[in-house]
Formats: sequence, C-alpha cells, structure tokens
Amino acid sequence: MAGTNGFSVSGYGPQRGGLWSQLSARDSVLRKLDWPLLLSAIALSLVGTLLVWSATRNRTALNQGDPYYFFFRHALNTGIGIVLMIGTIWLGHRTLRGAVPVLYGLSVVLVLLVLTPLGATINGAHAWIVIGGGFSLQPSEFVKITIILAMAMLLAARVDAGDQQHPDHRTVAKSLGFAVLPMVIVMLMPDLGSVMVMAVIVLGVLLASGASNRWILGLIGAGVIGAVTVTALGLLDEYQINRFAAFANPELDPAGVGYNTNQARIAIGSGGLTGTGLFKGSQTTGQFVPEQQTDFVFTVAGEELGFLGAGLILLLLGVVLWRACRIARETTELYGTIVAAGIIAWFAFQAFENIGMTLGIMPVAGLPLPFVSYGGTSMFAVWIAIGLLQSIRVQRPITA
Amino acid sequence: MSNIPETGRTPRVQIRLVVIQVLVFSLFLTLGGRLWYIQIRNGQEYTDEAKNNHVQQVVQPAVRGSILDARGIPLADNETRLVVSASRTELMKMKDDGKGVLTRLAGVLGMKPKDVMDKVRLCDAKTPQPCWNGSPYQPIPVTDEATTQQALQIRERAEHFPGITAEPTAVRRYTGPGESNTAQVLGYLSPVTDEEITKAKDTDSPFLRSDQVGRSGIERTYDKELRGKAGVTRYEVDNLGRVIGQAAKDEAQPGANLVTSIDARVQGVAEYELSKAMKAARQELDRNTGEKYKADAGAVVVMENKTGRIVSMASQPTYDPNSWVGGISGKDYAKLTGKDSNYPLLNRAIQGQAAPGSIFKVVSSTAAVNAGYPFNGGYPCPSSYSVGGQVFKNFESKGYGSINLGRALEVSCDTVFYGLAHREWQKDGGIKPKKHTNDWFYKTAHQFGLGKETGIDLPNEVRGRVPDRQWKQSFWEANKDSWCKQGKKNGDYVEKIAYENCLEGNRMRAGDSVNYSIGQGDILVTPIQMATIYSAIANGGTLYNPTIGKAVISADGKSVQEIKPKSHGKLPMDARTRSQIDKALAGVTTRGSAAWRFGGWPQDEIPMHAKTGTAEVYGKQTTSWFVSYTEDYTIIMTIAQGGTGSGASGPAVRKIYEAMYGLDEKGGQDLKKALLPKPQTALPKIERDGSIEAPEIEPYKPAEEEPPAEDQQLAGAPARRD
Repeated sequence: MAGTNGFSVSGYGPQRGGLWSQLSARDSVLRKLDWPLLLSAIALSLVGTLLVWSATRNRTALNQGDPYYFFFRHALNTGIGIVLMIGTIWLGHRTLRGAVPVLYGLSVVLVLLVLTPLGATINGAHAWIVIGGGFSLQPSEFVKITIILAMAMLLAARVDAGDQQHPDHRTVAKSLGFAVLPMVIVMLMPDLGSVMVMAVIVLGVLLASGASNRWILGLIGAGVIGAVTVTALGLLDEYQINRFAAFANPELDPAGVGYNTNQARIAIGSGGLTGTGLFKGSQTTGQFVPEQQTDFVFTVAGEELGFLGAGLILLLLGVVLWRACRIARETTELYGTIVAAGIIAWFAFQAFENIGMTLGIMPVAGLPLPFVSYGGTSMFAVWIAIGLLQSIRVQRPITA
Repeated sequence: MSNIPETGRTPRVQIRLVVIQVLVFSLFLTLGGRLWYIQIRNGQEYTDEAKNNHVQQVVQPAVRGSILDARGIPLADNETRLVVSASRTELMKMKDDGKGVLTRLAGVLGMKPKDVMDKVRLCDAKTPQPCWNGSPYQPIPVTDEATTQQALQIRERAEHFPGITAEPTAVRRYTGPGESNTAQVLGYLSPVTDEEITKAKDTDSPFLRSDQVGRSGIERTYDKELRGKAGVTRYEVDNLGRVIGQAAKDEAQPGANLVTSIDARVQGVAEYELSKAMKAARQELDRNTGEKYKADAGAVVVMENKTGRIVSMASQPTYDPNSWVGGISGKDYAKLTGKDSNYPLLNRAIQGQAAPGSIFKVVSSTAAVNAGYPFNGGYPCPSSYSVGGQVFKNFESKGYGSINLGRALEVSCDTVFYGLAHREWQKDGGIKPKKHTNDWFYKTAHQFGLGKETGIDLPNEVRGRVPDRQWKQSFWEANKDSWCKQGKKNGDYVEKIAYENCLEGNRMRAGDSVNYSIGQGDILVTPIQMATIYSAIANGGTLYNPTIGKAVISADGKSVQEIKPKSHGKLPMDARTRSQIDKALAGVTTRGSAAWRFGGWPQDEIPMHAKTGTAEVYGKQTTSWFVSYTEDYTIIMTIAQGGTGSGASGPAVRKIYEAMYGLDEKGGQDLKKALLPKPQTALPKIERDGSIEAPEIEPYKPAEEEPPAEDQQLAGAPARRD
C-alpha cells in the first residue's frame, strides 16, 4: 500500500536533473516508452499528412495558392504535438495531477471565451477562438483532456489513498458535476459532436473508476432521456436534425444534406482493394467531398489507398487503442487507469464516429479523426493524450 | 496479465476494463466489415457512380435537315436568329425567383413581363401554354426574334441580366415557297420531354436534353433522319464544374435532308383553290337549311397514280407553322387548339372523316359485279325506292329507266344501288341473317382498304369506318344503355331513332344496307383513302401507300436513300370491270354529273375521270366530295358543309389540273406554263458539297375571270379574292 506514493519512485520528474541524463540511463524513459503506441501514432500522423495534402492540393480557395500549405501545416502540427507529448511525459501525469484544478479552470475559461465575441463560427459550429496569424483554437478539444483529468483526480483520490475500494456516491456526483459544467457550455456553442464525445468519455471514466453499476446505468439512461428531450424540445438546430435525417436516408436530398454522405461513400467505394493511388482519386481531385481534409479525411484514404490503405489506418488506430488498454490494465493506481480509460473512450468513439459517418453507419457529426484529420488543436490534444498514456506507463510503480 | 497489482484494483474495475477493450475492438471490427462491404463487395457500383460524377456533357446541337419539295425547293430549313434564353436554375437562385431580371428583360425586348414569365414557367397538368416542357436545367428560349440592338443591350449589361443569354442559334424556318403553306403536312417541333428522354435512352437514337422533336407531320415521321446527332463533348470536371480534362468527343452530325414528293408550286395552287372554293361555297345558299353554306373545313390531295406519291396536300382551316418556332405564345396556342379554333392543326386529308356519298359508288359497283350482277345488265333507276315503308330518294339524280352500272355511276343514280343492296341484304337473310352471310358490299369496302389506314407516312392517320355487322354489334353494345334511356317510341326524331337503336341497333336493317350502298349513313372515309382507291382504279388496280417522303439525302450528299412506293393491296376487280368503271368515270365528266364543270376540257389529249359526291351529315350541311383522275394524277377535294360535289369542289379541282397541265379555260395547252404535266421522277441535283439545287419559284397567279383593273387591285391579297 505504501508504494502507491508516486513520489517515491525514481527516474522521472522535472525535479531530478536534465532530460538527457535520464534518457541515457539504463532504466531510461526511452526504454520504458510504449513504442508500438508511439510509432502507430506517428504513422497515423504521417499518413494523415499525405491524405490532407492530397485533399487540399487543388483547393485553391483554402490553400492560398500553395499546394503544400496543408502538407506543411499538418506536419508542423504533428511536430508540435510530439513536443507537447514529450513535455507531458517529462512533467508526468502525477505532477499534472497537482495542476489539474488550474488546467481545468483554464479550459473552462477558454470554452467560455468562445461564447464571447472572441469566438468564431466554422462549419456551423461556434467552437473556435481566432488567435490571429492564421491560427485558431478549438478549446473543446482541451476540455476533453481536463474532464478526464479532473474526474480521475476526484474519483481516484480516496481509492488511491487506500481509504475506500470504490469511489462513493458523493465523489461520483461531484466528479460528474465537473464534467457537466464544460459540457453545457460546449453544448451552447453548439458543438454537439464534442458533447457526444465527452459523454462517452464520462462513461468510460466512470466504468474504469469502479463506480457502482447504478451510476453507469443511470448515466446511460440519462443520455437516452437527454437525447429524446433535446430532440423533442427542438433544442437542436435545423442542420443537426437534417444530418440525422440524411443518415437515416442518404438519398433524401442528394444535392443537400445527403450530399456529403453520398459523395463520401462513392469516394470510399470507388477505391476498391488497392485504391486509385495517391493524388489520382477522381472524387478527391474533383473535390466532390466537402471538408475532406478534416472530418472526411478518411474518404481520401478509402479512394486513393483502397481497402488496404484504409484498413491500415483502422489497424494503426487499433494498435493505439490496444496499447492504451494494456496501459490501463497494467497500471496499479486507479488515477492512471481512469485517465487511460478516458482516453480510450475518447479515441475509440471519436474514431468510430468519424469513420462510421464516412461509411454511412453513423450520422454526420463534425469530429476529426485522431492524428489523421487536419486541425491543430485536435492534433495537440491527441498527442498530449499519448503523452499521458506514456507517462502512465513510464511511471508505473515498480512494486508490481 | 502477469502483473495484476493488488493495490487499488478490484475485480470490478478489472472486468470493466476488459469490457471496454472488447467494446473497442468490436467497434473496429464493425468499421472493418463495413469498409470491406463498401469497397470490395459493392466497389464496382460506387466506381460507376464516381465516373458519372465527374463527367459533364457539353452538347453542340446538330443542325436539323431541311425538308425539300420534289425539285429541291426548301419547305422547311434553318435560319440563324438571335435567341434570348433564360436559365431557370440561375433565376431560382435569386431571392425573387428572378422576377426582377425577367421584368427588366421584358422591358428590353418590348414584351409584357407576364408573357416572359409565362414562357419560363414549367409545364405541368395545371399550367396552360405557354410554358416550358423541356428540361428545367436547360436555357429556356424567351424569344428568337431579338434584334442585334436588344442582344447587345443584354450582353453589355450582363450584370443586370444574370442567367440571361443572347446567342445566335439555328432555328427552324418554314419557308412557304411560292406562297404555299403545307402546314399540316410539315408538322412542327417542340422540345423533348423528360418522358421521351427516358423512353429513348437505350435505343440507337437517344435524345439529348436540348433536342427539338417533330410533333406532327413529316417532321415527326422522319424525325430520326432529320434530327441528326448532336455532338457531345464529355469533360471531366470537379465539383464546381471546372474542367480538369476532356474525356471523349463525338462530333455533331447534321441531320439528313428529306426530299418530298410535294411540288411547292402545285401545293400553292391547291391551297389557293381550296380556300377559294370554300369561300365561294359560303356565298351559296343551302336550300335544305335556308342558310348559306358554312364551308368550315376542307381538304385537297393531289396524288401520283403510279407511285402513290403525294404531290400536294392541303387542309383548311390552316395556320402558320412558324408560330411554333421558338416556343408558341399563349395566344397562338389557343388559336390553334381552343374550342373555337376549329382545330387547324388537324390534317383533314388524313384525319378528317365523313360519309363519302356517291364517290363510294365505285365500291358498290364492284361489289355488285363481284356478287354476280353483270356490269352491263339492266337495272331500274326509279326516282325513289321504298324499303319496308321507308322511302329512299334518288338524291342527285332523277329517274332514268333501266340503265347499266356504268350509266348509274355517270348520272349517280342512287336507286340502282338501293335495289342491288336490298337484294343482297335479303339474300343474306334479311333481318334474321344466315349463319354465313356474303355481305358483298361490306366485304368489298374492306378489300378497297376502307376502315383501315392507308399507311401514309404521316402520323395519326384515322381509319374511317365500314359499318358492317361486326361494327354494328360492337357499337350497339357500347351505346345501347344510353339509347335505351333516351329512346321514346313516340318522341321526336332523335328519341325515335334512339328507341329503334335500343331495340335492334345491333342488327343490320334493310335501310342501313340500302343507305350504305350509296355511301351514306354510318360509313366514314378519309380523303386520302378515297384518293388511294381512285388512283388505284387509274393505275390498273394497285392500292399504293401514299407517301410524302421521297428520298433521304445525307447532309454531305453522299448517301441517297430513296423511299420506294409500297402497295397494300390490289383492288378486288378484274381488268374488264376496271376499264368499265374507268369509262363510266370518264363519262361523268363528259355527260354525267360533272359534265357541266368540264366544258371545253381536252378529253382526247388528257382523259379526265371524275365522280362527285354529296354526303348527308345529321344536323349539319352536306359534305361535298369531288374525286377525279387523269392518267398520272388523282385529285380529291372535300369541303365540309360545302354543298354538292360538283358545285363546290369541281371548278377548284379543274383549276388545279389546268395549272399542272398548262391549260387555259378553253382547253388549249401551253406546256411552258404547265407546272407538272408529268410526275417529277428525278431527284433534285445534289452539289458536290452536299447542298441541293433549288429552282426559282413564283407564287401561283390564277388566270382571272375578273376585269383586269380589279385583278390588279387585289393582286397583293389573293386570299381575299372571291
């Protein structure tokens, strides 16, 4: 029991000398890193760079006349993401645990800012803060992380301290409160897709925390009731309802709402086994699929790289999630388990929703495909999450 | 796993983590399965769809072939006009659905804004003409008569006229050479409908959205040949329609030219004479009704005897075929199809049907001969004939004693045929028919080709009707209920007839047979059917399918496809009977019912044969028939509510012959003035470049009876001269 105090473990943390000396040490961080996880994430980002490039090469309205614009931007975002990951590993998730209240507060302020005149609407979602210089920030991406961290901190605190076996009702309720506050704000943007992801994250977190089954079932029930209420009260915007209608029947309005899904499916379907080859897809070259570098990036893979290429992306994502599951199961402290489980729920659902909508088995929602879709904030967020996973693995208590 | 820690972990969490892992992997399996389904299983389907996605067709319309007369004079060709079109797709994008733009456009074109808007609305069941029945994605022509000035105004201020184009376009022109019109024969065009596109999709001549289609007349019959093939360039495009490559190109193939057997000059004469005859008839008093004749419709056909080719075909009332060009206006459309229009679109030569009256007697004579009555036998011709208490009069004739069939034709004695028909009716069992009846008079009519189409190369020919037993039965079955409801034993004429019909309308009564033998009653024929019959008598017995198309000549002139005469049977008469009837019909013009109209005719040089007819129509004035033939031509003219055959139509038909043979009134022939003394057999000369030589043509100037001063005064308006 005593070994659960993380600070007694050696070989981590900023307070212990330079990074380089740690890297070269025998029990160095580098050796402890989960390499399949890291390499899969890097591979996904690189494939994403190519796909984003292919999708935007001809989109002169977007790329400001530079065919490589998005290629470089996506590579840059990946680079920044990797740096953020390294930083996260270096700080360690336990150090971050102390900073959670600050981070959480900061992220809530950021999402609140979106609702002020500083916020900007892109693609029907008022989810952005324009920083200037061509940069903009989507705070809801960071909120996904801070919700996970905040809930994990609360739920795991007394369990990891050995006070109780499972978080009690009060703790669960309190942690839920911390999740719901930013979710409501994001809902107001409105960014329904992100709220859906956050709800699934909450579910994953509660599952991993060992909260009683009543909470789990209650949450699922509340989700269903909430969805019904929202629809019944007309709280959804016209475009959101239309997306669901088009999902139910893509031929409904092939020139309007159903257009995206139809064209997406045509693109993927025409790829066949091996695809048309990069830059050779007619759906992609002809720009028939809207938002192809972001939400519909998977269609580029489907068309140009075929079943093999698109399958590879599924496989790489599968590896990421498999390693994350391993990390969640192998760590001894509940805090790390919960954080890992939250990240699993996040990645799994977001990937499933994103790819599912391009394949016509999920309704359209504006969610990026982790690592692959173009988008800075999303890229930073998923790399920070990878950093958290790695940190959980690296800082695993040696007591086991 | 090997290193499950004992701290902080409970089986609950551990199990849940496994559940999460299973869930995650089933999600990914779902995605993988779906990916396989779309890409591998159904991949081809999507590949095909993707191809359609990226190809845009640009259509260069083919120039429609010309329709030429027998000597190469264009009856229908194309001219370049400035066409102003509106794109509905563009207009509908505007907040006011393009009303503002169309109103501005109307201002420039000098039209009423409502007229412009009516033209660009889409046709449906509830929308009357004018409306657009073509594709809504295709520019809709607003006018094809824009001036250069107007076109410039539109083009220079393009920002004021979004979705409006003004471009030179080849449009159909019906030239009306020599003041001929030929409207119903030529037909007209209108844009292709969605239905037709779908229907013709998989045939060897599919339609394009921009196609104009022949809707009637030879424009329709020969539509495929005339239309040619539009050139289609397929471009690969992106989602905004920007061209990213050219996929395929089919050059436009201009339509073939159609040479017809119509002679524009004779056509002009025939039209003029028909119209004049009708106007003259309207000055005549109808002694039966005490009013002047209405002469509300008429037709004339000039046909070559030895080929069945139509030299001229005219129908009254008529219209200007050019009113269809570039979309018909609402006013014009109402004029052509409205209730009060008297339906000028109908080609009465093939779509007008009436009882034939005495011109039917050649059929009855043949029937009698075939039934065993010798042609030269003696048959009583009293002034009336009584059947079962009903008295049938000798309409156009008086009593002539005992005469042979030839004489009966000449003087058009009805009672001779009454007697013969009555005897045959009795032989067949009378009102209680035998099991196997001979029905000579009906059978013969069918053998003459009555009751069915002649097969002329014009659409929607009507069949007429032979009122035989079969027809009587089916007609009775269809109508007996209403007859029985309406009929009264002691009511007025109509009620009495209905009563009788209710009781025994399915039976062939003596009166029916008797009346039918002289071409009255329920029998219906078309002018073209009778022309076919008389030209067959003239040519030795061959019933030709009348034809207007003579040859299809490809646009480059390299391929000439002649349309050969086709026959649909032989007259049911031997050579002797034929020559006897032929002689009798010549007698009609020399000493019979038409003799007073053919005084001075050079019978020895150009033997003329004719038969007059006057058909009764219940509730209307009589229909006038006049059918005639020479060695080479048959001419038939009919005027509804026009009086007697010899009276109304005789002189007009003679005038047509005179023009064709170059005759003056006294019978002197001047071959230099003759328009067509012999049928035109040769095709017009085709130049090396495929163009076809056309001779000059002048309008018909009828030889005048009126004093010269008046003639001059009216020369500019021949239509008003009566």
